[in-house]
Amino acid sequence: MKVALFVPCYVDQFYPKAAIATLELLEKLGVEVHYPKNQTCCGQPMANSGYEHLTSGCNNLFIDNFSGYDYVVCPSGSCTLHIKEHLHSSENEDKALAIRKRVYELTEFLVDVLKVEHLEARFPYKVGLHNSCHGLRGLKISQMSELVAPAFSKPGQLLNMVQGLELVPLSRQDDCCGFGGTFCVVEEAVSSKMGIDRVEDHIEHGAQYITSADLSCLMHLEGILRRQNSDVKVIHVAEILNHYQP
Amino acid sequence: MSNVTEKSHAELAAAFNKDEPRVDWHDETLWWVRQKRDIQAHKLPEWELLRETASQIKNNVLSNLSGYLEQFEANAIKNGVVVHWAADAAEHNKIVHQLLTERGINRMVKSKSMLTEECHLNEYLKEQGLDVIDSDLGERIVQLAGEPPSHIVLPCIHKKKEEIGDIFHEHLGSAKGESDPKILTETARQHLREVFLTRRAALTGVNFAIAETGEFVICTNEGNADMGAHLAEIHIASMGLEKIIPERKHLGIFLRLLTRSATGQPITTYSSHFKKPQENKQIHIIIVDNGRSIQLGREDFRNSLKCIRCGACMNTCPVYRKSGGHSYHTAIAGPIGSILAPNLDMKKYADLPFASTLCGSCSNVCPVKIDIHDQLYKWRQVIVKEGYTPTAKTIAMKAMAITLSSPALYRSGGKMGRLVFKYAPFAVNNKLNPWYKHREMPKAPEESFGEWYNKRKEGKK
Repeated sequence: MKVALFVPCYVDQFYPKAAIATLELLEKLGVEVHYPKNQTCCGQPMANSGYEHLTSGCNNLFIDNFSGYDYVVCPSGSCTLHIKEHLHSSENEDKALAIRKRVYELTEFLVDVLKVEHLEARFPYKVGLHNSCHGLRGLKISQMSELVAPAFSKPGQLLNMVQGLELVPLSRQDDCCGFGGTFCVVEEAVSSKMGIDRVEDHIEHGAQYITSADLSCLMHLEGILRRQNSDVKVIHVAEILNHYQP
Repeated sequence: MSNVTEKSHAELAAAFNKDEPRVDWHDETLWWVRQKRDIQAHKLPEWELLRETASQIKNNVLSNLSGYLEQFEANAIKNGVVVHWAADAAEHNKIVHQLLTERGINRMVKSKSMLTEECHLNEYLKEQGLDVIDSDLGERIVQLAGEPPSHIVLPCIHKKKEEIGDIFHEHLGSAKGESDPKILTETARQHLREVFLTRRAALTGVNFAIAETGEFVICTNEGNADMGAHLAEIHIASMGLEKIIPERKHLGIFLRLLTRSATGQPITTYSSHFKKPQENKQIHIIIVDNGRSIQLGREDFRNSLKCIRCGACMNTCPVYRKSGGHSYHTAIAGPIGSILAPNLDMKKYADLPFASTLCGSCSNVCPVKIDIHDQLYKWRQVIVKEGYTPTAKTIAMKAMAITLSSPALYRSGGKMGRLVFKYAPFAVNNKLNPWYKHREMPKAPEESFGEWYNKRKEGKK
């Protein structure tokens, strides 16, 4: 199985630890991981702002980097969803389609493809799981609270394999954190308030860490936690799954 | 009552957020309605099938709209109803005005009509010297306050009961400081009784118009539509042309979905069917287009016309809950309003599709499965292409696109970005940076993943 690791631009630049954990975790599970070195960004920042027509450069670069692999795995639900829904190319549409079908967010790859049932991981803390909207309602890695359908959670299932970890319940299991890409600056007031309220829900329920399959949400929540001088930390789900603390 | 404004959603939302306890109260109130909706939905194992069925019925309606409208008109005429067609808001308002003045009527009672809000009928009739009283409690409250509704189902959800007490004290003579909802409701009831008994004309909206029978159905909790329509000599029913359903048997699907989605009730107190006028009385239906046929022609946006105006998307929307209905500066607020409004005036409402995180909760609660958040994304593309975004944003986006299309520029740019973060935090940690107002910037790591990976490859890690 030949797997390409897609590390989103802001993860590469600001959260390398999450990417390192993803790589090490996949290697531990016996996967041959390649990191195409000329990768940059999925193009979502432009597209969600209404500039999808400016993303052909990003799209073609993405196709050059990620064609020919069995799977493309990414530690971000949001970027994965963007590729799945919007990767197109006027020159190489067949290659774009192949990638759209093969791109996986990390937790869905672990559950659906690798069918992981056991993990050597220990993380003795109370953890709140933040469901990122794109992972949840886009990729459907967990059940959505609006639907009348059986409950499941791929990241939750994996976190439950971690020794010592206690998942805390939340009052609102899948309310948005308010990041929303450029929304976080264009609609600063509402965005911040949404983040403040999300953080409060986790803290109220005793979380020591807030985790998620999406770092963009965590970056937002971290900005709020640090402003509040809170002891609560954010951590990407890969870092927990790759963690062994005696 | 004009809701014309130059301010954007972001500006109005920022003003709303200056009072944080009020934002919390507004958010909690609407979340409570969302939870009531969840409880009702989960009582029906067939809920998702109902949504799918309703969505497919509406697909059929939208694909054969002209035929169903003609069938409805023919059957309504057979029933003795007079049918009018209005191309836009102005024509609708003129028809209402004419129906009133040719009968020498200068006062009218109104119930359950967001369409007349969309058409700004009240302002128009007022300018003509006619008096309109909204008879539903919530609508009456905002009318007395001189405001538009902030929510299509819960029009005064932004008002606390103490504020309603003040309005009633000023306009209806209730005791100063009275805020007991029961007493305030009774005050409104007494006031409206006189209105119902003396108005010769009543205007209502239409929830569903049945092509097969020519009848229409109005769903209310207070019974005011019936009271107004039965006592008046002329009943004017204004309907958007998308309100059609083909057959009476389809009604049950929609009635089961509508109120469960809207307020978490199994059904409204009244589901009133209007088919034939009583002796010596008249029913007039005004079928209004006002941009709907243009929307029908926009392939990406046509199924926004499936909307049955339940308001579930507003109750679930975190942006709506934390910014309030008035910040949308349009008659229909929230996610559905943000995909309907740009069709009416793309420049004026260019901000609305951006007043969303694209979280997708709206599409999941929608009882007719409108892909609201996908349409928000698509409107953004249209609005940018039509040139309704600030030039600075376009320049920034072009620069970003160039950087991210080039691995070399990306690497040096990313490194620069991290260096700036690390050694010149004042450059980003200042008040001109909207992120920093309530949030710290991410800490810059020593090296990017890419740099770490290269070192590991070279055996240095």
